[in-house]
Amino acid sequence: MIEARNLTKTFKDKKRGVITAVDHVSFTCRPGQIYGLLGANGAGKTTTLRLLATLLQPSSGTATVAGHDVVSAAQQVRTHVGFLAASTALYARLTAREMITYFGELNGMSATAIKARIKQLSAELDMAEFLDRRCDKFSTGMKQKTSIARTLVHDPAVMIFDEPTLGLDVMTARAIVKFVRECRDRGKTVIYSTHVMSEVEKLCDTIGIIHDGKLCAEGTLAELRAKHAEQDLEEIFVRIVGLEDTK
Amino acid sequence: MNWHNIVTVYLKELKDSLRDRRTLLSTILIPTLVMPLLTFGVGTVMSKVIKKAQEEIPSVAILGGEDSPAVVAALKKSPKLRVVATPADWKQAISDKKLRVVLQLPAKFEAGLLAGAAPAVMVYNYAGELKSENGARVLERYLIELREQTIADRLAEHGLAKTLARPFEFKRENVAPPEKVGGNMFGGLVPYLIIILCFTGAMYPAMDLTAGEKERGTMETLLCSPVARVDLVLGKFLMVLTGSLSAMGFMLLSMGLTAAVGGSLMGGGGAVKAGAGAASSRAAMDVIPMIDPVGLLGVLAMVFPVAVMFAAGAFTIALFAKSYKEAQSYLAPMMIVVILPAVIGMLPGIDLNWRLALVPLLNLSLVCKEMLSGVWHWNYIAIIFGSSCVYAAVALALAVKMFSREDVIFRT
Repeated sequence: MIEARNLTKTFKDKKRGVITAVDHVSFTCRPGQIYGLLGANGAGKTTTLRLLATLLQPSSGTATVAGHDVVSAAQQVRTHVGFLAASTALYARLTAREMITYFGELNGMSATAIKARIKQLSAELDMAEFLDRRCDKFSTGMKQKTSIARTLVHDPAVMIFDEPTLGLDVMTARAIVKFVRECRDRGKTVIYSTHVMSEVEKLCDTIGIIHDGKLCAEGTLAELRAKHAEQDLEEIFVRIVGLEDTK
Repeated sequence: MNWHNIVTVYLKELKDSLRDRRTLLSTILIPTLVMPLLTFGVGTVMSKVIKKAQEEIPSVAILGGEDSPAVVAALKKSPKLRVVATPADWKQAISDKKLRVVLQLPAKFEAGLLAGAAPAVMVYNYAGELKSENGARVLERYLIELREQTIADRLAEHGLAKTLARPFEFKRENVAPPEKVGGNMFGGLVPYLIIILCFTGAMYPAMDLTAGEKERGTMETLLCSPVARVDLVLGKFLMVLTGSLSAMGFMLLSMGLTAAVGGSLMGGGGAVKAGAGAASSRAAMDVIPMIDPVGLLGVLAMVFPVAVMFAAGAFTIALFAKSYKEAQSYLAPMMIVVILPAVIGMLPGIDLNWRLALVPLLNLSLVCKEMLSGVWHWNYIAIIFGSSCVYAAVALALAVKMFSREDVIFRT
């Protein structure tokens, strides 16, 4: 379970002064659900997810992830989180097996447990063919599979996806979407950020629309459609964030 | 602090670095090759050039001398000099290396010599040019011999003994053991090389493990793990320190092997071997001076905190950079900061004092020079080791602090 309460993050910039990247954001994401964070580039999605993954510390407000506070128990939070983003890369000079083993070790797993987990993940993700090859020789699909295995090695209860399909081809993106769905089906708490409307429509149980660091709207797809009397999510999004008014 | 996590991070970084060509180049290959290249490459070429210059019979042109036929004739007969016709533009001929040296005999030189008061002669050469300098030296030696012969002749004319003008002779003999001589000769160079290699050895792993990881996107992946940041810093720092120490280790190993091979090639024992090998041939000594092994161990102990300081310093600076290229542009100029005190330490006449003992790197350079030549100033050694440890601790604390700063880690 993820519970964000007035989560706020400000940055100081020499030219622009104080920037509020995340502004009093509150939402709840339950186990067995996918919470979609929908927003344009620079809306504050990545910062929100980095706060939840404890990569950044909130300026004010807080959140609990799997029952642990992101401020006071950051390490425990990370033990229960799998974080996958377009920006989380692989060690090019390690093999897929070495990469997964390394993150298993960092998560405090025993050698036997890691070995068993790799065997299981390799079978599930069809990685046997390239498991002992170096990551720098991988295709995009192989890299994504290895990244997924890396995030899942310690079987986290919470999965955080930050635009995981960014820059991927259709087939690889479909595989990722399928994997996200499987995470939900296994009862994991899933938070998924994207700016691709179709992915949100296909995947998310609850949608939070974020703009200028603020959570502007929240609800299921059906609720949003009913509230705005509009079927097209893109139209709903534009109305909520008021992009057309500013043009 | 969790040692299991630190060791896990360190072992992964070690494996990763051993697969990185740039790191292998700076921590193993270059340190291994530097001594053989300096000794057998540059050293051999230099000794050959010097030997060739010394073997050459220098060409001498004479200005004047028309009224000094005997002096000119004697000069022409000398097997050590080759008298050639004087070109019109003799200065240009010296510059063009067509002529090594010019001797100007003033008017009535020979007559003055016979009368007992000859005017001064002039020797013209091209300062700094090896063969011209050698020519001037040979010509001056000839003139000194001529002067001494004139004195001897005059004394003989008056029935006086030669010893009147030269009442006694003196000889010089070295009593310093070969390793002490080597320490004095190489004492400045060894710490200089160690300091530079320690820094370059730390530089590339530091850049790869910080800015390189940020650039490749693996830093964020790593930060997602439940390992405390201090453990990540220490694991990575240990790898950078390994790079620094291995650069030094490989250089010293290569230096020992070079000395042993060079010594045996030139007819002597290994140059690092003290005692039995001390009586190695003069030829071997000329190229590979002996170094006190105890002094070398002392140097290693003194270098350790400096290597820690380098590793932590390079790590902190590289961590601030967004990319490998940016880190390079920050760290490359640091080489000058590192080299400068090492060079000052090599200069003759600069001795350790309490103030210099607190100047990082310069203190190391100076104390190592002394230790390699067998001088052990324990009070200075203690203060230098202590101050180096303090500097190293400050640098490491800074690295840990920088790693916990979001604006540094996520600097874009």
